[in-house]
Amino acid sequence: MTEKKIRVLIAKPGLDGHDRGAKVVARALRDDGMEVIYTGLRQTPEMIAEAALQEDVDVVGLSILSGAHNALVPQVIANLQANGQTDVVVFLGGIIPEDDIQNLLDHGVYKVYGPGTDTREICKDIREAVKTKA
Amino acid sequence: MTSALIDSLRKGNRLALSRILSQVENGTEAGLAALEELFLETGTAHKIGITGPPGSGKSTLVNALTRELRRREPEKKVAIIAVDPSSPFTGGAILGDRVRMLDLQDDKQIFIRSMASRGALGGLAEQTEALSQVFDAAGYGFILIETVGAGQSEVDVVNLAHTTIVVDAPGMGDDIQSIKAGILEIADILVVNKADRPGADQSVSYLKNMVEMGYAKSINNSNHHLEDFPDNPVRATPSADWIPPVLKTVASEYQGITELTDAILKHAAHLRQSGQWHAKDQAAIRTNISHQLIAGLLENFHQNVPAELVDSLVEKAQKRVISPNAVVRDLLAYNRNNTVESSE
Repeated sequence: MTEKKIRVLIAKPGLDGHDRGAKVVARALRDDGMEVIYTGLRQTPEMIAEAALQEDVDVVGLSILSGAHNALVPQVIANLQANGQTDVVVFLGGIIPEDDIQNLLDHGVYKVYGPGTDTREICKDIREAVKTKA
Repeated sequence: MTSALIDSLRKGNRLALSRILSQVENGTEAGLAALEELFLETGTAHKIGITGPPGSGKSTLVNALTRELRRREPEKKVAIIAVDPSSPFTGGAILGDRVRMLDLQDDKQIFIRSMASRGALGGLAEQTEALSQVFDAAGYGFILIETVGAGQSEVDVVNLAHTTIVVDAPGMGDDIQSIKAGILEIADILVVNKADRPGADQSVSYLKNMVEMGYAKSINNSNHHLEDFPDNPVRATPSADWIPPVLKTVASEYQGITELTDAILKHAAHLRQSGQWHAKDQAAIRTNISHQLIAGLLENFHQNVPAELVDSLVEKAQKRVISPNAVVRDLLAYNRNNTVESSE
């Protein structure tokens, strides 16, 4: 039996239509040997939590470029918890002002990545986070 | 812990269902134990396979079909297992079928599970059948199984599905493609999707032609040709009492979906009336057992026969002292009697 595959949901909550960043990250995680479920644009927090439940993922990656992160991210996390998925690692990428980051981490985000992040760093962080949760 | 999960699954808890699916997919002890228990509660779901080349619109068709099935038979829950390929190099995968199934997100009676093929080559993943059993036990009345984009020989889905739908799109090939053996032969229903594109009517007529030729043959010659392949996984042979219809759909516009649903439900009724439902179920179980037997026997063999003996015989074969066939004969004899009877 091979080692357990890490399953990651990559989702874009809210209304912005730019998914290049999300796709680059999805591709990088795939190349790192993970199974990445990609859900597409314009997802509500409820839809994202529902997909995470059906796919039993270890990790949810959110990409937000619209500026609505302070509203959307806590809602996604609240929905995950309401469904009983308290052990899922949530990470966030996009245009997130420095001042907002601490608040998001307090809400349970594992880490926030800005533009220009080395995707290898993301892969490494995810592997570590999943290992410590297990 | 597993039995608590199984109890929650029986009560309709979807997180428990999801967790059990993961255990089963990963082949853990807990997963195997759950499957042994849950199998006894299976046998009621109608399993529908959807296969066809990449880009023919399988996921979009599943989206439209699921909505129609829910409308027609609202008391039945629908599960979807969508298989996408794993990278042969990294083992990673991007599972993107959900992107085409966004219409199904608000209905809690629908459960979509993406699966990576993890190196399996028949169009499904190793554990796809096992996952379908979990859904069956969890009370899902329809289970739709979407294969990876399939070419000509990814036909495993036929062992698993009661009804197999082969989806094609206009312009995928000429009439010689459609008379080749393989994927088209397994269809219970043929669909030309994207039928608003040029060439749709031509594709339909190619496929109809192929169906007519195939069934003329099976009526005239009975099925003795199947005896050439005693291990043929496709045990339910084509029979003249069900001629696969060729249907046109535009799944993105929900066109032709009513007719497709009619055909699926009609096929299920046909299988039940003709006794083939029972026969297919038995064939699927037989195939399942035979796969596990092969794996088990091989493991048993490797425990029984020392690796050094295998290595030394491989060496001999490589020097062209004996043939691989003779190696196998010697190894099997050793496995039976625990001694080397040299064939020399």
